[in-house]
Amino acid sequence: MIKSVDIHKSFNGTQVLKGISVEFETGKTNLIIGKSGAGKTVLLKILVGLIEPTSGVIWFDDVNYTALTKKEKIGIRNQIGMLFQASALFDSMSVEENLAFPLEMFTTMTRKEKIDRINHVLERVNLEGINKKYPSEISGGMQKRVGIARAIILNPKYLFCDEPNSGLDPKTAILIDELIKSITLENNMTTIINTHDMNSVMEIGQNICFLHEGKLEWWGTRHDVLESTNDTLQEFIFASPFLQKLRNAAIEQGTKLD
Amino acid sequence: MNKRFFHHLGAYLLILKEGISRPENLRMYWKETVRQMYDIGIGSLVIVALISVFIGAVTAVQFSYQLSGTLIPRYYIGYIVRDITIIELAPTITCLVLAGKVGSNIAAEIGGMRQKEHIDAMTVMGLNTANYLIMPKLIAALVMIPMLVTVSAFVGVIGGYLASVPTGIITDDEYVRGTRSFFKEFNVFMMLVKAVVFAFILTTVSSYQGYTVKGGSIELGKASTNAVVYSDILILLFDYIIAVVLTG
Repeated sequence: MIKSVDIHKSFNGTQVLKGISVEFETGKTNLIIGKSGAGKTVLLKILVGLIEPTSGVIWFDDVNYTALTKKEKIGIRNQIGMLFQASALFDSMSVEENLAFPLEMFTTMTRKEKIDRINHVLERVNLEGINKKYPSEISGGMQKRVGIARAIILNPKYLFCDEPNSGLDPKTAILIDELIKSITLENNMTTIINTHDMNSVMEIGQNICFLHEGKLEWWGTRHDVLESTNDTLQEFIFASPFLQKLRNAAIEQGTKLD
Repeated sequence: MNKRFFHHLGAYLLILKEGISRPENLRMYWKETVRQMYDIGIGSLVIVALISVFIGAVTAVQFSYQLSGTLIPRYYIGYIVRDITIIELAPTITCLVLAGKVGSNIAAEIGGMRQKEHIDAMTVMGLNTANYLIMPKLIAALVMIPMLVTVSAFVGVIGGYLASVPTGIITDDEYVRGTRSFFKEFNVFMMLVKAVVFAFILTTVSSYQGYTVKGGSIELGKASTNAVVYSDILILLFDYIIAVVLTG
């Protein structure tokens, strides 16, 4: 479980987050959604420790993360995996070297154990046999999957994904979503995904946190999203004319969108 | 202006403190240090040698011109080329050139990693990124740059020989006699002190510029330019300070 309590963040006097208190459950895919500029990325970066909050507390299970010293935070960070929006793979390293990097840095595994672990995670993301390829030699979708493989290589307890579907075609985006969901369930991880992809919201959003203008506007499950009476949320979800038509058609036919 | 200067000075010192702490994984740091040693040392050898040979040659030609018509013995050309190369030209010119070549490369490499979120990825893994990115470069520079400066001094003296002996300005015996006259070991010490200080300046200033870059490719270009400009200014400032301290 990861919990944020009354998180505030200001940049040069501009308040970006205004008292966010939310709990992200273990074994579930927790989504942070909202318009561009709503504060999603800032909240994710605060949760992961890349940005210090102006005030507020972050809990990783029963550990007060914000109260830890830099050295103590390393202990928690070793349990965090993160998939970045642009994958953030080291482009001068091959796929195998990218995956070996955290293993070489933080474990005392033998070379054979490392290779076995690398092959195992590559198999898990359906990318067997690309060990020697460089990030520039593989597609964007494959890069995302290598990013996921690197994020889970140290068996983390917490997984963070920043816009995992950005720049991907719908089919590959679904593949990535399903992969993240199944990995979360298999390893009983606390997964937090920052997205504005409505397909992800409806497919894998077990818990959804909707941010609007730096505030937590709405919180619930994906089943609650469509039935919510929150106008701002409805406006966000059905921003696309196509989805509006779909909703209207469903209402006319008496079908439940779920 | 003052506020900005102290902001950068404070941030530079804080990053330096992080950068020069105990490494987390010696084996990985060693691997990276060796890679940097190759890039800085072997990668700069040709340009340093080329510049040094011309510096020595020009110094010899200029001094022969200035000494013509005076009563100063001709073999002094060898002596002057040797000392000016060791004391001043080899460490200073080499490090100014390296600030351009190595410094801009360091700033661009670290800045590029910052922009592509590589540094964030390492931070999330639990790595002290300032330490991992700066320390190997600093150690490599502190080892390789004094070596390059020493090579530069040798090549500079050879350049002086090539410009003055085959062209008939002075004889082989005169030049060799000059290079062997009035030798002070302290000058070599001064050269190495300068090389170490300049290596520290160009590596840390360039790393700071790259590490703190914000924005896109224009900002990365600016950071790379600033790395060279600030390194050069500080190298010249410390050249003066070292000269005053060690010869005063």
